[in-house]
Amino acid sequence: MALSNVLETPLPGFNFDNAARNAALEGLYDGGQTPKPMKTGTTIAGVVFKDGVVLGADTRATSGEVVADKMCSKIHYIAPNIYCCGAGTAADTEKTTELLSSNLTIFSQTSGRNPRLVMAVNILQDMLYRYHGQIGASLILGGVDCTGNHLYTVGPYGSVNKMPYLAMGSGDLAALGILEDRYQQDMELDTAKELVRVAIHAGIMNDLASGNNIDICVITREGVDYIRPYQESEYKDSRYRPGTTPVLTKKVVPLKLEVVQESVQQMETI
Amino acid sequence: MLSSQSYQDPGKMKDYHYSGPVEHRFSPYSFNGGTVLAVAGEDFAIVASDTRLSEGYSIHSRDSPKCYKLTDTTVIGCSGFHGDCLTLTKIIDARLKMYKHSNNKTMTSNAIAAMLSTILYGRRFFPYYVYNIIGGLDEHGKGAVYSFDPVGSYQRDTYKAGGSASAMLQPLLDNQIGFKNMEGVQQVPLTQERAVQLVKDVFISAAERDVYTGDALRLCIITKEGINEQTVPLRKD
Repeated sequence: MALSNVLETPLPGFNFDNAARNAALEGLYDGGQTPKPMKTGTTIAGVVFKDGVVLGADTRATSGEVVADKMCSKIHYIAPNIYCCGAGTAADTEKTTELLSSNLTIFSQTSGRNPRLVMAVNILQDMLYRYHGQIGASLILGGVDCTGNHLYTVGPYGSVNKMPYLAMGSGDLAALGILEDRYQQDMELDTAKELVRVAIHAGIMNDLASGNNIDICVITREGVDYIRPYQESEYKDSRYRPGTTPVLTKKVVPLKLEVVQESVQQMETI
Repeated sequence: MLSSQSYQDPGKMKDYHYSGPVEHRFSPYSFNGGTVLAVAGEDFAIVASDTRLSEGYSIHSRDSPKCYKLTDTTVIGCSGFHGDCLTLTKIIDARLKMYKHSNNKTMTSNAIAAMLSTILYGRRFFPYYVYNIIGGLDEHGKGAVYSFDPVGSYQRDTYKAGGSASAMLQPLLDNQIGFKNMEGVQQVPLTQERAVQLVKDVFISAAERDVYTGDALRLCIITKEGINEQTVPLRKD
């Protein structure tokens, strides 16, 4: 399904269609806690080097103070030459990048061209500004297109920055400290990968909401190298051999089901 | 156990969105994380805590244990607001000295527990934001654990977890030490070796899933010979 603005221009002004529904939902929970969205609470970083772009991310997703996912994937596919790291609300980053990816696929098939990074950035910026920050997605887009190697960041309110090195998420200050110190122009591939790895590692060690393993994605004119995990955390889960939990008893109860009522309802199709 | 009143937003992490101008009152409390655990055996007691001191999403220190030695047979574990933990332990130390000088004997574990309850309740309307667990040997040489809430309600237990990962540790202890929800299992008394291994395992699990627990584990094993301290590394991320 394409974004509505790909097929027709949206109405001017802010869209408050869901305000009544949201108020009603909050009323349902009435005093109790509305379910908390899962945030990635992250460290993500990107660096432009001589032949392309390196993106990096940690793999911890937190729900409040509890680790919800120890191996979640934060580097999302947008196009064969464009990948995007996402920080903020996990569902928002996932769905926004999926939507962007489908729209760029439609575009490249109808126009016969490879999508450029500026197009991805403009679509994202447009959508996030329209929702006025309600979509909690901070994204770092990196890719290689016919105009060169580019790295952009789009904030949840729709702000855009173009920089040779970037970090976002709750661990951004820790990662940025490393990047500010060691970034140089026109680095080699191995230096760039090591720099991103060290930056994400700083985020993992110093930010409580980042942790576990490090994923890296290298994008060059030749192709994409998605390394997951690039570095496994030194604190591994212990592995138990099958049979460690003893089965004491096993009881199988087949459920007897009988058809009570059958009804056929015609669907109205246009 | 009396449930404590809720504190004004001490440990809430900042929202990513700006929700409009909000007036912030000064909060006298802050949440510094940390988990404590105490187990009582036949002739020993173990008090364990992690050593991470955090605030919000940052780490203040990776080496700040939360077990404090009170006497040769009693150790207290305090987690919550670090400022109140420090003040409370100073006050307890002073009161222990006063008792020693007036009564010419060291306070017993149950006496310390009763005293702590009155100290905490004395601040009923501006509580110490501390979750306390006392572990030690009673007058008969048997292991004793006393667990408290922030305003002084306490009871003697066999095992108790407190602090940020307490909800994750307590059910595991209920199963492994209390033999709850298990049938046909031989209820052997807890040996010191098994208790130490269990404590290490539960803290490793807590460090996996709780962001405030990690860095290192400090164990204090209390027996009639004295207090033996061990440090075990945990996840640092």
